[in-house]
Amino acid sequence: MSEAVSHEDHHDDHDHKPTGIKRWLFSTNHKDIGTMYLVFALIMFFVGGAMAMVIRAELFQPGLQYVDPQFFNSMTTVHALVMIFGALMPAGVGLANWMIPMMIGAPDMAMPRMNNMSFWILPFAATLLIATFFMEGGAPAGGWTMYPPLVLQTGDAFPFLIFAVHFLGISSIMGAINIIATVFNMRAPGMTFMKLPLFVWTWIITAFLLIASMPVLAGAVTMLLTDKFFGTAFFNAAGGGDPVLFQHVFWFFGHPEVYILVLPSFGIISQIIPTFARKPLFGYESMVYATASIAFLSFFVWAHHMFTVGMPLTGELFFMYATMSIAVPTGVKIFNWTATMWKGSMTFETPMLFAIGVLFMFSIGGFSGLMMGITPVDFQYHDTYFIVAHFHYVIVPGIIYGVIGGVYFWLPKWTGNMYDEKLGKLHFWISTISVNVLFFPQHFLGLAGMPRRIPDYNIQFAEWNMISSIGGFVFGLSQLILVWVVIKCVRGGEKATDQVWEGAQGLEWTLSSPPPFHSFTVPPQVTDASAHS
Amino acid sequence: MFVKKLRNFIRGASIPALLLWAGSAFAEYGLNLTRGVTPISREVYDLHMIILYVVTVIGIAVFGVMIWSIFHHRKSKGAVAAQFHHSTAAEITWTIIPIIILVVLAIPATKTLIKMEETGDAEITLKVTGYQWKWKYDYLEDDISFFSSLDERSNSIRKGESEESPEDYENYLLEVDNPVVLPINTKVRILTTAADVIHAWWVPALGWKRDAIPGFINDNWTYIEEPGIYRGQCAELCGRDHGFMPIVLNAVTKEEYEAWKIEMKNKPAEIDGEKLYATHCSACHQSNGQGLPPAFPALAGSPIATGPLAEHLDIVLKGKAGTAMLAYGPQLSNEELAAIITYERNAWGNDTGDEITADDVQAAR
Repeated sequence: MSEAVSHEDHHDDHDHKPTGIKRWLFSTNHKDIGTMYLVFALIMFFVGGAMAMVIRAELFQPGLQYVDPQFFNSMTTVHALVMIFGALMPAGVGLANWMIPMMIGAPDMAMPRMNNMSFWILPFAATLLIATFFMEGGAPAGGWTMYPPLVLQTGDAFPFLIFAVHFLGISSIMGAINIIATVFNMRAPGMTFMKLPLFVWTWIITAFLLIASMPVLAGAVTMLLTDKFFGTAFFNAAGGGDPVLFQHVFWFFGHPEVYILVLPSFGIISQIIPTFARKPLFGYESMVYATASIAFLSFFVWAHHMFTVGMPLTGELFFMYATMSIAVPTGVKIFNWTATMWKGSMTFETPMLFAIGVLFMFSIGGFSGLMMGITPVDFQYHDTYFIVAHFHYVIVPGIIYGVIGGVYFWLPKWTGNMYDEKLGKLHFWISTISVNVLFFPQHFLGLAGMPRRIPDYNIQFAEWNMISSIGGFVFGLSQLILVWVVIKCVRGGEKATDQVWEGAQGLEWTLSSPPPFHSFTVPPQVTDASAHS
Repeated sequence: MFVKKLRNFIRGASIPALLLWAGSAFAEYGLNLTRGVTPISREVYDLHMIILYVVTVIGIAVFGVMIWSIFHHRKSKGAVAAQFHHSTAAEITWTIIPIIILVVLAIPATKTLIKMEETGDAEITLKVTGYQWKWKYDYLEDDISFFSSLDERSNSIRKGESEESPEDYENYLLEVDNPVVLPINTKVRILTTAADVIHAWWVPALGWKRDAIPGFINDNWTYIEEPGIYRGQCAELCGRDHGFMPIVLNAVTKEEYEAWKIEMKNKPAEIDGEKLYATHCSACHQSNGQGLPPAFPALAGSPIATGPLAEHLDIVLKGKAGTAMLAYGPQLSNEELAAIITYERNAWGNDTGDEITADDVQAAR
């Protein structure tokens, strides 16, 4: 393996990459495209975050202070769309772009031109979506779930919303196809499937989920479009349709989407924890099977998002049992990570801190998820702040922490410089305290009876909303530390070694830091199982 | 204004600080689900508590192991990494135990769910219809029917038209003009549906919420055991004023319920254009007639409210497709519509002098 790497270093000088704007606009390089994905995701994270700040400011105290209720609804709607489709998914694809070729011993992605296109669709799609704020009737305000008939009351923004979703979906599908093609065709000799790093495994499974579920969303929103403009009545009871049909179709996409977002994060922490525990990942095979079972089961639980629509008893029972069963493979993953830490020799650099943050706080989201899987009780929890608390625990300290942990983990590899460890730890601790102040009280609000998506509330909900808002402002501001750390690291710092971390194992750590422009021009020979950590 | 906000801020900020130190915080402020006042709501509460305890115990166990490991298996304490990466026994154990826990949880959950779906043998049937943004209640056996919308006091506070602030009003956003009245110790079937978009009818004390879907009817039931006033809110995003369509349920004894029914049937229909406008129109077009352009146009000086009567009648009766403007023809009587339209054509300086009669409305239908 080391032979291949030294060979690689010689080739570094022969890169012919265009300079200036052309390097980025016409890029077919997995690293440059990965960087663009990550920068785009970071910008969208702050755009969506700014909307969250508006929401928390309005909810700081009872009464309507800052925004009109309609605009408030636009904020919750577009916040969700921007965060899910603009920040989380592109961040996952960006990390996959950067890391997968390096992890499997390939020079680049299998389809570099499509890679370019799948990225460059994103800024256009995001512009379509955000431009709706300046349109007659305002931005979409019917919730990110776009339930008819309410969404059909959207003004001029409506077709822009639909086409933005179409474009974002096309981009994701192309990204997924590329990842599958790359992993299936470009693995280095000896890199068998059961030697793949877990991050690669979680991304293959995610890519299949994307290909299976995004077209369903596209179909659902297209039916909305024809209902609005072409006189169809898919979702209109007066024309023989059914508004609940949309919810079934939407959540058939929407539940796998949850796993599309979370599985890459699981993959990242499966790389980080063994590295800093200096111990192989516990139960590699069972991790792969657990991930695959979670993905498979995710197609059979969609209706737990809509228990209150009034399904037949047998339907409710089926979806309750199916939902509860997902707890088993998810539990296996948590236990495996814990067993990986057990009797290890741990150090707690920033990536490890974020990974441990995922373990604890994703579990809290998992516990409340199990609670709402119990259908009769979900009739109380549904559409309250308890749900808001649940999915934000899963998404923020579950998924976003995984992505941020991955950024800290691989940043020295990408830039060749160590990041500022003190600032990284500061970022972790401020974020972790504030994210709990932000979301934990929302459990209480929901149980006490506060519905979600309301701009104003009774005095009985005032205290916890104020505490939650303070947590929100601190959490939002503390993410600027991340930006500062990244900028500082790109500009310079202590030089990173090739291995970067003492316990790091796998092909990506055999390349130089920063790696050559084309990762492995000569495939390395993988001979032992140490390819995956 | 600024001083008032600052004062509110300081006062608001001091309350949580006090509360955090006060031992009574748990009792006074809702941190947990309500037990409710029906047999079902208590079963739901018990299920909630069982699973809360289960996940708490699992959490303490799993987090305990993690924390132990984090403190003891660290390099700075000289821990040397073991190299095991597999244990079939452990993996089987932590697959089987969760399955057993889940099955044990599923049994009572299934029993409760089956009970919740038994809607037969009801003595009273109440039909609840969601509108943007109010509720309509129809007592099917007794031919009683009325709308229920946010009370005037809350409405003027939220619009900033009142001297009062939300802190001054205990039931801010949780009070209505006409509460729904039900007898205790009676099985009541509650049908939910909607006229425009999807809403959800939720009174936490009953132990459930159910979507109100246009074109479909969901059936539910309840059996309230304690008299009292129970408050809830719409729980499905239904547009601009989703947060402003509360539910107030007044549970009374059977005798009081019979008396209330007689009172409702003998009550002369009150027809006051301004009041009807406040109930049905002001959420969008605002009580000052200025609307909220562009989504909700102004009526003051508008071409429709000051122009030909036929167009005005047409839009009120049939609504406007593709907008939030509903067809009020099916909702309101000729007399009520005549009063509203007369009010709209003479208020806010519109001064057309038109007097519309019920016959005019009937002719336009």
